[in-house]
Amino acid sequence: MSTSAPAPRKSRSSRTPALRKTPTGISGLDEVTGGGLPAGRPSLVCGSAGSGKTLLAMEFLARGAAQFAEPGVFIAFEERAEELATNFASLGFDLDALVKQKLLIVDYVRVEPSEMLEAGEYDLDGLFIRLGHAIDSIGAKRVALDTIETLFSGLQNAVVLRAELRRLFGWLKTKGVTAVVTAERGEDSLTRYGLEEYVADCVILLDNRVEGQTATRRLRIVKYRGSSHGTNEYPFLIDEGGISILPQTALWMTYKVSSKRVSTGVARLDAMMGGRGYYRGSSVLVSGLAGTGKTSLAAHFACVAAERGERCVWFAFEESADQIVRDSRSIGIDLAPAMKSGLLLVRAVPPAAFGLEMHLVTMCKLVNEFAPESVILDPISNFSVVGTVFEVKAMLTRLVGFLKSRQITALFTNLNIGGAAPDTTATAVSSLMDTWLLLEEIVSGAERNRIVQLLKSRGMAHSNQVREFLITDQGVELRDVYVGPSGELLAGSALMVQRAREEAQAIVAAQDADALKRELDLRRQAVEAQITELRAAFEIEEARARRAAGQAAAVSAALTHGRDQMAEHRQADAESTDDAALPGPGGSR
Amino acid sequence: MSATSKRTAPEAAPPQGEERWFLRLYVAGQTPKSVAAFDNLKRICEERLQGRHTIEVIDLLKKPRLAKDDQILAIPTLVRRLPPPVRRIIGDLSETERVLVGLDLRPREQ
Repeated sequence: MSTSAPAPRKSRSSRTPALRKTPTGISGLDEVTGGGLPAGRPSLVCGSAGSGKTLLAMEFLARGAAQFAEPGVFIAFEERAEELATNFASLGFDLDALVKQKLLIVDYVRVEPSEMLEAGEYDLDGLFIRLGHAIDSIGAKRVALDTIETLFSGLQNAVVLRAELRRLFGWLKTKGVTAVVTAERGEDSLTRYGLEEYVADCVILLDNRVEGQTATRRLRIVKYRGSSHGTNEYPFLIDEGGISILPQTALWMTYKVSSKRVSTGVARLDAMMGGRGYYRGSSVLVSGLAGTGKTSLAAHFACVAAERGERCVWFAFEESADQIVRDSRSIGIDLAPAMKSGLLLVRAVPPAAFGLEMHLVTMCKLVNEFAPESVILDPISNFSVVGTVFEVKAMLTRLVGFLKSRQITALFTNLNIGGAAPDTTATAVSSLMDTWLLLEEIVSGAERNRIVQLLKSRGMAHSNQVREFLITDQGVELRDVYVGPSGELLAGSALMVQRAREEAQAIVAAQDADALKRELDLRRQAVEAQITELRAAFEIEEARARRAAGQAAAVSAALTHGRDQMAEHRQADAESTDDAALPGPGGSR
Repeated sequence: MSATSKRTAPEAAPPQGEERWFLRLYVAGQTPKSVAAFDNLKRICEERLQGRHTIEVIDLLKKPRLAKDDQILAIPTLVRRLPPPVRRIIGDLSETERVLVGLDLRPREQ
């Protein structure tokens, strides 16, 4: 890139208003650093053994060469050039090809304490010349020094060495190269030999922690002078594609929202949501006890997505892909064609395979690669084996943000534990969700029946009705639920019995009504005669009755007010006209 | 290794004839350290090797490629290429005792 040409002068004149950055090309790192590493300056990458320092350094160079046409020099103090080439080939980088194209030079600096007898004063000009020659011979814009503190084991004169390292980092700036310097993590300091003193611009810490029984790699920008940067620990993954860092999308609250809808796959469920289904890009929680039909709803959703020609990733934390296909087929949903056509990807992941962070990174990576319109996680409750409710929620918050930022509709199922109060995971994560479907079971007679209700659905008019949820061999069907005589929900065959009973009662009632009507006609005639007779007497009493009625109305109006208002009322009265307060009701205080 | 050091002991000239010494001194320009190193090396060789030696001075500023090819890190670096095994000493060679040890030239009586 032509951007790095004026680097040396600029970096020497200390502060320039806008810090130029060199993109690393490493998945996620440029987001976290707001564009890459400080251009023309050295950055320090520290971490314990096996934390991925060398890979980060090498990937910085390999991607710089391959993606940004910036040649690079890799000075290896630890691994031999051939070992490096082998390691990187396994990560998909052909170092030899890059070397042949003059985009990369790898130099192994051998530091053998036994071969380094010191007899007098020296400096590290040999290293400078070596590095300078390599930089100049290919016009390198990037440099990696891995791990330069190895020199401390080879050279005894630490005073000289420190002075030389300080000079080296200054010299790198004058060369205008963007450098990655790796260093071993120290016990009390960032690096064992305090290299952070010399590299003041950008310090990145890599970490590989074991929590519980799972290891998670994390990256943190400890310092980035003159630039804003994410301050969190970002989990990252090393796999056959190199490093992928998952940014905790700080922008996740600013994503675009869609007003488009996607079908749930169940017509009556769509109907409960104004006839149109979920919002595209929304998050849906389907929670319920075991066997209430969560996975069936997910299958509908996946199936209808494929019918629209959309891609869907199904993360299965409980079942294999085969089992999902088989079980779905038993209820009339055939997922096999969608899988065959590549629209549906079922990824079965044992929840305990790795930590939550790793799950998150793995899922996000697959989502990035597969670019689905929808994602299913079935069930998220299984994450409880690798994290607390709080941790699971934190992870899902980020996943939801990630998916929303890509307008991916997500369906999460959650297995509720029977007997427990409203399930903790579901409750905890429900606030993240735009739509919450609760599947329940009711037992009546000797059978269990499923009911579904839409507990919430943000941004849309939705039904507050409870529906019976039937799993038939044609898939899920919803039906109206009947409320029994004493207010309980009825479903299933109890429902049918109840419906028959109600029909019978309706006929009886209609017949009764006819008879009653005839009887009433007769009685009306008799009554009307009496009425004429009574009217005269009635009119005499009417005047008095009207007065009494007026009083009674005042009392009953007062009574229909709330208690507080009553109290106020009484007090007000008490103040104005002592005992003219209301008679009776609140006598005792 | 110990056999080599015995053979090169300075007092008794090696009976099987003169062993050639080939030494390379890597420097980077005419710096004080480089100049001191060359002077020190020359003196030690003249005292101990009596003309059986060849010193080649390599200025890495002129031949930077050799820094990589010959694994040079510190300057000055002295490499004993002959007799085997290869020995490396870094510094301006002002610490004569250490140089002698490094080159296996340390007198036996000390």
